[in-house]
Amino acid sequence: MLTAILKKIENEKRLGFEDGVNLFKSKDLILLGRIADNIRQKLHPEKIVTFIVDRNINYTNICISRCHFCAFYRELGSPEAYLLSEEELYKKIEETLELGGTQILMQGGLHPDLGINFYEDMLKGIKNRFKIHIHAFSPPEIIHIAGISHLAIKETLKRLKDAGLGSIPGGGAEILVEDLRKKISPVKCTAEEWLQVMKEAHKIGLKSSATMMFGHIESYEDRVNHLLRIRKLQDETGGFIAFIPWTFQSANTKLGGEPVSGFDYLKTLAISRILLDNFRNIQASWVTQGPKVAQIALSFGANDLGSTMIEENVVRAAGACYRMSREEMESLVKDCGFTPVQRDTFYNAIKS
Amino acid sequence: MEIVSTELKDILKKVEKGERLSSDDGIRLFNSKDIFSIGYMANIIRERKNGNIAYFVTNAHINYSNICVNRCQFCAFSKEKDDPGAYSMTIEDILKKGRNFLEQDITEFHIVGGLHPDLPFNYYLEMMTSLKKEFPEIHIQAFTAVEISHLSKIAGLSIRDTLLKLKEAGLGSIPGGGAEVFSSRVRENLCKEKIGKDEWLEVMKSAHEVGIKSNATMLYGHIETVKERVEHLVALRELQDKTGGFQSFIPLAFHPKNTRLDNLSSTTGLDDLKTLAVSRIMLDNFPHIKAFWIMIGTKLAQVSLSFGIDDIDGTVMEEKITHSAGASTAEYISRNNLIRMIKEAGREPVERDTLYNKIKN
Repeated sequence: MLTAILKKIENEKRLGFEDGVNLFKSKDLILLGRIADNIRQKLHPEKIVTFIVDRNINYTNICISRCHFCAFYRELGSPEAYLLSEEELYKKIEETLELGGTQILMQGGLHPDLGINFYEDMLKGIKNRFKIHIHAFSPPEIIHIAGISHLAIKETLKRLKDAGLGSIPGGGAEILVEDLRKKISPVKCTAEEWLQVMKEAHKIGLKSSATMMFGHIESYEDRVNHLLRIRKLQDETGGFIAFIPWTFQSANTKLGGEPVSGFDYLKTLAISRILLDNFRNIQASWVTQGPKVAQIALSFGANDLGSTMIEENVVRAAGACYRMSREEMESLVKDCGFTPVQRDTFYNAIKS
Repeated sequence: MEIVSTELKDILKKVEKGERLSSDDGIRLFNSKDIFSIGYMANIIRERKNGNIAYFVTNAHINYSNICVNRCQFCAFSKEKDDPGAYSMTIEDILKKGRNFLEQDITEFHIVGGLHPDLPFNYYLEMMTSLKKEFPEIHIQAFTAVEISHLSKIAGLSIRDTLLKLKEAGLGSIPGGGAEVFSSRVRENLCKEKIGKDEWLEVMKSAHEVGIKSNATMLYGHIETVKERVEHLVALRELQDKTGGFQSFIPLAFHPKNTRLDNLSSTTGLDDLKTLAVSRIMLDNFPHIKAFWIMIGTKLAQVSLSFGIDDIDGTVMEEKITHSAGASTAEYISRNNLIRMIKEAGREPVERDTLYNKIKN
């Protein structure tokens, strides 16, 4: 079944939709892994694995989107709802810098009352006080901020960039297939809108990452469609820095169900590496997979271990409980024959 | 496309021809980081022996006592008799525990405990007869070689007679624990009170001779060298040539937490997967290689089904020993989840009894 695909790969021909679906139908984990690893070695011949020291700061959990796969959000007025104060925010950033952090990843719920001025002030406040890269606001947040402030997406992105926004995280992509989004996140932005935000962002020089959340109700065809849509946009803009597939965590969510397996994760990671020929970097998700599978992921196409995650709240709310220190991360990278390298947001090595 | 790298092609040739690997081959495999080459070879043997089947068992663990005269450095479970938290179960406690598991349709009791200084041999015999009387259908896999050796001293009987008495009372088979790593250097450092390689193998040989099947294990990821791992595997392979009484081999990942070796790190995913796969390749006369999900996690256990493994143990209700050492895995997995895990990995789930007969549902 895979012979024709293998031939295409050998001749460095681009794979299409059918090829992608056939790869997903295969159960030959070793073959898929080997192909992905060969591609990864070609792209990254230097024997290194990168990681970033950063902190996830979730400025609020108040959200009007109420996605069925989410265990983090609260409604306005809930006793567990919060919005971080400036002091709390600055304290978290100070701690991040003390630990050698170079970036904060800021994301939050879609707050019903806050307009663009709030976000601009937040960004400027941080930039005036700290030398740190701000990777913030996934497309659903950008669209929400634009809507609430009666601004075009382009204008919103420009103003946020001028206020200090450095790049955009790839969250909220879930699966970029419309019918499916209606079922799992009916209020969240459409697939088209998500792609549009990324396109506008890339155009004005804001780079971003892309993600895929899989292992819920999507089909293999949906996964392939997702991958091909972001590949197409990457052809146009070249603005994606990395791709990060992660698995749906089911605890405490409306969607529920059994969490996706280690087998499916490694397979999906490998196929992502194979299909996304115009993405340079693929990240392993130790937060959802744990250190053991994340280490194996480095043989299945991933060249980056993501963040040390000084703090993470969203995945944790849905039952994942993995923790990893920088030392552990470095030692598991070395154990499989790579040199660990701390990087910045744009995958440049940080000279220590 | 070539899966196996050039450096390991000679070993692949042997594997394809069904030739036995040397100790040097084993050492080369352990020293390689090429997980795909190793996995590919392990999978050839796995599919040759077991096709597409992945076995599991519905079982429950009973740890009758944690009181132990040995002081193994890698153990977080054992207690001295007067320690707070020391316990031993009465026969009635054990039966009660057994009754709790009945609803789950278990087919096996897996019973191991510490080397208790005072419990008489009769206690163990009565444990067997009482369980058999109340649960005649349930197979009893009990007492590692280390316990058997201890019981023979308490009973004042030879190993063979001890085994025969236990068998008569209802013992069905013997688990593979207590093997650790056979190297005398390792044992001198970590578990000097425990029986050595020769005695462990002698107990297993006697068991096989009187018709008691057993498993074998290796506790890896502490102070042992690659060479010592390979020597361990080769010693098991030699005994299996003679008796054919081993059913499965189970590599056990060392868990350092709460042990006297807690300065060591846990095993890595790569080492776990490699150790499972290399065991499959080296132990050409073992029908089954088992991944114990309690120790390496369900995700990796599932992945290992592509790397030589044909058995992922079972529901394991109430595992205590690995959890004393900080295992963060669940203490139980449902039959449905095991089946789902196996199917997702493209294998055919087969529920087995202890002796690898297929259970008809």
